[in-house]
Formats: sequence, C-alpha cells, structure tokens
Amino acid sequence: MAEAVMGREVARRPPSRWVQLKATLGAWGFMSPAAVLVLVFFFLPVIILFVISLTDLSSSNFSDPLTFVALDNYLRLFRDRFFPKILGNTLFYVALTLSCFNVGMALVLALLTTHISRRVGFFFRLIWLLPRITPSVIYILMWRRIAHQPPFGLINQLLGPFGVEPQYWLFEHPWLFVIMVNGFVGASFGLILFSSAIEAIPKDLITAAKVDGASTWQIIRDITLPQIRWPLLFVTTYQTLSLLTSFEYILLLTEGGPGLYTTEVWALTAYKRALKTYFGHNQWGYGAAWGFVLVIIGIAMSIIYLRVFRFGELVQEPKIDVL
Amino acid sequence: MAATTFETGTPVGVRRLLGRALPYVVLVVSISPIVLGYAWLVIATFSYRTEGLFPIDAEGNIGGWTLRNWEFLTDPAIWRVTLNSFVLAVGMVVGVGFVSSMAAYSLSRMNFSGRKGFLSLTLILHAFPSVTLLIAIFFVLNFLSKIPGIGSGFGYNTVGGVALVMISLDLPLGIWLMKGFFDNLSWDMERAALIDGASRFRVWWEIIIPLIKPGLAALAIFNFLSGWSAFLIPFTFTVGTRVANLPVYMRQLISDTAPTNWNMIAAVGMFQLIPVLIFFVFTQEMLLSVYAGGAKGGT
Repeated sequence: MAEAVMGREVARRPPSRWVQLKATLGAWGFMSPAAVLVLVFFFLPVIILFVISLTDLSSSNFSDPLTFVALDNYLRLFRDRFFPKILGNTLFYVALTLSCFNVGMALVLALLTTHISRRVGFFFRLIWLLPRITPSVIYILMWRRIAHQPPFGLINQLLGPFGVEPQYWLFEHPWLFVIMVNGFVGASFGLILFSSAIEAIPKDLITAAKVDGASTWQIIRDITLPQIRWPLLFVTTYQTLSLLTSFEYILLLTEGGPGLYTTEVWALTAYKRALKTYFGHNQWGYGAAWGFVLVIIGIAMSIIYLRVFRFGELVQEPKIDVL
Repeated sequence: MAATTFETGTPVGVRRLLGRALPYVVLVVSISPIVLGYAWLVIATFSYRTEGLFPIDAEGNIGGWTLRNWEFLTDPAIWRVTLNSFVLAVGMVVGVGFVSSMAAYSLSRMNFSGRKGFLSLTLILHAFPSVTLLIAIFFVLNFLSKIPGIGSGFGYNTVGGVALVMISLDLPLGIWLMKGFFDNLSWDMERAALIDGASRFRVWWEIIIPLIKPGLAALAIFNFLSGWSAFLIPFTFTVGTRVANLPVYMRQLISDTAPTNWNMIAAVGMFQLIPVLIFFVFTQEMLLSVYAGGAKGGT
C-alpha cells in the first residue's frame, strides 16, 4: 500500500513540474519576438550609450580601438561655454510649453468643450487633434509660412490692417513660435484626457452646486478641478518628460537658431553633437554624455510614475473604449 | 432637469448672451492657426505663388491658379520615396500588430515566471522617452549592417532597418493597447478549445485574433499613420535619396541651397497628406482615443 502511494506521488510530481516548465516556455515563445526587440533596441542602447559616453569616440577616430576617458565628457559638458544657455533654454521651453499649452490650454479647452453641446465640443477636440496627426514636416511648413517675412507671411497679412508692424516673425520671436508649434501638438493629449475625466464627473454634484447658487467659476474650482486632479498630475508629469526629451519640431523649425544656440535645448544638443553636425564631425562620445543625462532622468521619472500611479492605472485608462 | 428650470428662471441679459458666446469665440480663435495653416497649404498647392493667403500670378496680380506644382508626380524619384513610405507604414502595421498581440496575449492569459517583471518593464518603457536612445541605436544598426544576410535588409541606411527601429520603439504602446483588448475578452471559448486539445498558438491564431479585429484595426491605423509620417528616425538612419521616405524627401527639398519652390513643396505635402486626411475623416473617434493613449515623444 505504502509503496503504491509513494509510487503514485513520484509519478505525479515530475509531470506537474514539466507542465509548469512547458507553460513558461510556451509563454516565452509568445513573448520572444517582443523580448528580443526590447533587448536589442532598449536595453542594449542604454548600455551602449553609457559606454560610449565614457570614450572619446568620434568620426575622426571611428576605426581606432576605443579610448576610455572616464568622466571627461561629463566634465566637458558642464564646462561647455554654452552650457548655462542650453540649460536655461531647456527649462524655459519645458516650463512655458507645459504651463501655457500642454496643461494650461488643454485644461481651458477641456472645460470649454465640455461646457458646450457634445457634438460641437467633439468637433473642436477633433480639430485640435489635427496638428498631432499632420506629418511633422508639413506641420512645420505651415508654421513657417504663418510666421514668414512680408509679403509672404500670414500673420503680417492678418494683423497688418490693425497697425501691427510687418516683420519676419519666426526670426524676431523664435521662442514664441517654438513654444506654439510644440504646444499646439501637445495640448491635444491633455485635452482628450481632461475632457473624458470631466465628462465622467457625476452630474448630481454639479446640479446640487447649481441649486445652491454656485457660480461657474466656483463649480470649476470646487468640483471639477478636485475631481480631475489625477489626470492633471499625470499629464503634467508625463508631458514634462516628453518635452524635456523632444526636439523633432525644434530641429525642423529653427535647428536651434536663429544665431548661436538661441532656441537650442538639451535633447537637440545631444542629437546634433552626435549625429547631425554641420561639418560632418560627429562627436559620438560627447553627444552620448549629453544624451545619457536625459536617459537617467527618463528612467528615474518612469519609475516614479509607476509608483505614484499605482502600476499605471492611469496609463491604462485611455484605452480604445474611452469616448 | 432642476438645472434647466433654474436657468429659465433668470433673465436673459447681455452678460448671459456673452457668457453663451464666449466659449465659442475662444474655441474658434484657438483653432485659427491650424485652420490658417491648412488653408494656406490648399491655396498654395494650386497657385503660382502666394502672399499671405492670396494666390499671386507672375505679374503680381491676385489670381494665377495653376496645376504646375503637381508636375512632381511625373518624377520617378517621388514614386520611389512614396514606395519607401508605404513599405515603412505597412511594415509598422504588420510588425507591431503581430509582435505586440503575441506578447500581449501571453501577458494577459498565461501565468509564467517573469510575467510581472516584463509587464512593469513595458510600462516603464511606455513612459520612457525613446528618442534619447537614437545615438546608441545608430551603433546597433551599424553593427547589424555587418552581419551577413541581415545587414543588407535591416542595417543602417535601409528601409528594413528604419522599420525595425520604429517597430521596436512602438512596442510598449502596442503591447499595452493589445493587453487591454485581451483583458476585456471572455475566457470561455478559449478554455473550451484548450480543453478540446487545441494548442495555444492555434487558439491564439484561430479564435482570439478574429475576436479582437477591431482592436487590431485601431492599432493598425495608428501605426500606419506613424510609419507614413515618420521623420526623425528615417532622417537619422538614412543617407541620400535612395532610402528616403516622403517626409525626409520633403525636408531635402526645403533645405536645398537652390531657391526653394514653396508651392511645389506644398503640393508634395498635400500629396502626402491624402491618406492621413482620409483616416482622419473616417476613423476620428478611434484616433482621438488612441492618440491620447499613445502620445509620446514630441509631445
């Protein structure tokens, strides 16, 4: 009897482990293409970027063996003559675009489009989506014409009759347009998230406040804003990181100019130093040092989101079934 | 209902009328740059040259409608870059759709060691700004170029290489979206098939994929548009016109040293915008929600 029981147990155990292993292998079979690509294009690059940032690799010594220079590139970065300018530009760009457009304008538009009739509100949100889905090159082409010099520019033609001096707007006020160009793309993200959050607020709350004689401003301040505080926090942090590392539109609009480093931001510096220099001298090591600072910030902030937003409940929220 | 009674109770004054009109005024003003930009593009496409929004003919008078900006369509170069754009877009659709729905299926349905780790990793990567890795990816592609067999198709300065990078950087979003669809799917049919002895892969391919076609379609449209409009990655990892796509080709036209023909460039832009606008008009609601979930990079 005892032997038989033992025999059965022995016979049962290996299959269960085998089944477990088989299930794990099967699951990783499904996962493998994604896992390989993530490994090759996320993990490996982070390591490569760090290693390169410790070398003096550039297009002039590409074929030679790597020379490690320890933290020289990072020291050089902080001693760069334009470092204060670039850092200032980056903070200025992120702060203004974020407050004026990605959060500020998005919030105002969300309040307005949920205040008016549903269909009209939807229409305006849709128009605001256009900058985001317009290919960046065409989008910048439009803005360049809007801010062009007389007699071509659209602003000059429209504001001329009101006595505004005709000028080359993009050249005279580059920051205004760098911020607007990015802000018009960025605002739609907050707009969509905020307006679905506002629409989800129970109507009773607002009705009750109206019965009590609350003004529109009071309703916004005491009901709407507290109710959408999570989406607000999410959009603010998420877009801070996006803006900090984005440079595509600036590259296309001003390339960091006009003049020396006028609108050059951190991410653009890294990109230009390493990959697209005017004189064909790519300083990969030095550019990688600029880039790696952003990677560290990116990793740190992504992990903070994960903690703050409890396993990304809010990242999951805007699924297809919203709206 | 209560709110309506209260509103009709108050007198209609100028202030109230202003309050009614104000949101519309602000909204219309807010979209004016977008509308103006598009208006200029359409006008410029069909005119000799433009001053502001006015088409101007050779003598400097208003008028001068022409089709000559569209002559670029007879240039074989445009069709080659269009083909490249199309290949990139379709590559994104197929690549991201296939890889992310496989990974998302196992993340949503199977219990295996490493599941939780990969899931949080995907989430971190979703928030992580992938553009910061372009410098290092340059070296990865250079390395791939040296591998015989793979190098000519997926290395540096190939459409395949650009597609591979774009697919990989889009995966975290794709996996998250697809996992959402799988999570919402009932488990019954699948379980029945598994009990009947079907393999996991067969269940995935024959039962699950047909059920999430709407989700796959949404992801496909999103990826088609990002592949079609891609600028930064093709611009960074290609040289010259052989493997350029439409946006990179346009950028080359703009930065040529010769006097730029803005109206011809506008026409190239319009040509490139056609599929974008078709999707925009017919799949707007879906785009609104996917773009909110998938916003990354510049924005």
